[in-house]
Amino acid sequence: MSRTATAVPPQGTPLRRHGRTKIRYRTRGLAWAFMAPLLIVNLLVIGGPGLASFFYSFTDWDGLGSANFVGIANYVELFTSPAVLSAIQHNLIWTGFFLVVPMSMALLGAFLLSRVRRGQILFRVLFFIPYVLATIVSSIIWRQILSPTAGIGQALQGIGIDWFADTNFLGDPALALGSVAFINNWQWWGFLLVLFLAAMQGVDPALYEAARLDGANAFREFWHITLPGIRPTLMFLMLMTVIWSFLVFDYVFILTQGGPAGSTDVIGTVLYRTAFSENRAGYASSMAMLLTVISAAIVLGYQLLRKKLKWEV
Amino acid sequence: MSRVSEVSAPATTRSQPRSGARPGRGRRTTGTNTGTGPLGWFLLVVLAVYAGGPLVVFLFNSLKSPAEISNSPLGAPTEWRWENFITAFQDANMGQGILNSLIISVSTAVGVCVIAGLAAYAMTRLDLPGKNNWMLYLLVSTSLPIQMFLVPLLTWWSTLGLYNSQFGLIVIYWAIYSPFATLLLRSFLIAIPPQYEEAARIDGAGEFRLFTSIVVPMVWPGFITAALVAGLQAYNEFLLAVTFIQDADRLPASLALYSFQQNLTPNWALVSAAGLIMALPAIVIFVLLQRKFIEGYTQGGMAN
Repeated sequence: MSRTATAVPPQGTPLRRHGRTKIRYRTRGLAWAFMAPLLIVNLLVIGGPGLASFFYSFTDWDGLGSANFVGIANYVELFTSPAVLSAIQHNLIWTGFFLVVPMSMALLGAFLLSRVRRGQILFRVLFFIPYVLATIVSSIIWRQILSPTAGIGQALQGIGIDWFADTNFLGDPALALGSVAFINNWQWWGFLLVLFLAAMQGVDPALYEAARLDGANAFREFWHITLPGIRPTLMFLMLMTVIWSFLVFDYVFILTQGGPAGSTDVIGTVLYRTAFSENRAGYASSMAMLLTVISAAIVLGYQLLRKKLKWEV
Repeated sequence: MSRVSEVSAPATTRSQPRSGARPGRGRRTTGTNTGTGPLGWFLLVVLAVYAGGPLVVFLFNSLKSPAEISNSPLGAPTEWRWENFITAFQDANMGQGILNSLIISVSTAVGVCVIAGLAAYAMTRLDLPGKNNWMLYLLVSTSLPIQMFLVPLLTWWSTLGLYNSQFGLIVIYWAIYSPFATLLLRSFLIAIPPQYEEAARIDGAGEFRLFTSIVVPMVWPGFITAALVAGLQAYNEFLLAVTFIQDADRLPASLALYSFQQNLTPNWALVSAAGLIMALPAIVIFVLLQRKFIEGYTQGGMAN
């Protein structure tokens, strides 16, 4: 897979070749003008307030009044607070769950589907529909299915299976985090499947034919041809999964608000509560910086790794 | 997980389909037509039930009475109460919510297309310095957490009078959804040989006219895809909407629904009906334009 992207010479090269600096400067100014709307909204919404967050993370700002410099006190509190440490732990569990469960489901589904000729589109549409639903909608669907009084437990009881008759999936501290992750997975895995499927369709068919001549079975084809063939997509999605797992907010906020007893709290919900309920915006900013450092480190690490290993990603 | 597709952007750095044709087209068959055995079909059906089953329960519950949901939680309704949809539509104020959401989504989609289209044109056709750094800039800005800028942004927006205003929310969506759309449109633009505009450029046409009359029509499908992705994200977004919109009559559908289900004893039949009202536009548009949607997410990078 060559990077044809870079093979196309950028426009403007002919102008430069003529060495007519006047025109070059004019087009350069024009280039900035075309770029300006993006830069302006980006700096106004992300860059400016982001820098402000960095500044506020060293203050005792309450979100409204003036901010007093407190040094690294917020960061000290951040790394010693039991609530934050337990939230980080939940984010790590979440990361593990999403690296394993939706990834394997999507890989399995995509591999099976890539070998289907007829009906592939129907399956693909069905698998993807949950992804186009809003978080609030899938939360409503699953809150009913997992309801302790009128949900899957009672439905199974009706046909003589008592396993979940008394299970309170979202209310039991031991089960709540897994249940929220499971609900998020329902919406999420089909998205991964569609991306994997598209990647698998780019794998050279000749490789499969060669493998088949060698008598490889489906599993060996998957392991030796499909997986290496989609490695860039796979690696990319795994790294992004790690980032997204640290940023998760919606599902936890809507389904459990971090409860019961903090058993589903993640950094995102602790941050939100700290900023908007406890009005400790300065401290919340230090949590925001932690999240920023995590995602930036992963993105940059990924870019570095890509360059070093010369992945044609 | 939230903020999904913005972050899928880095993939766009990868290659274009080798043919140079627009991706997603003309390659409908798979590379692995070995067929699927009975076990494979069985697993596919299990996965389909996992994906589709909850949707069926959702539809069923929206047509039941609350009592019937308690008696038969997952079964089909004995009496199909279509009037639930009318009641839910009124009780949850879904009409206003959907209208607000449409305003927000369409404005987001249009604005993102304009902003990203201009930026992508600058990156691919104009003499913009530091091209690779721009890619990195876009990649990084797509993966920064919303929480990073949320609290100061709220203060800024209050000062600027943009708090509790749909326009204020739309501007935020422009900022966070444009980088992905830029990467997407960039990959569409690269696929088009610059010779097309050369003639017009030699004839002395200005860059802006070149952009609007020659380039935009050629990458039109790219714009539709970018608009769909950004519009859907704005329609479903929660964290920013819940933070920045306060008044009941300005709430998007997602928040109207959120407050409707927050009752201590919600009527789940009506909540389901209201949820279905919100979900239907997204599902219908997705099913009608599914290839464009999926193209948007797999464009360029993800799909080898």
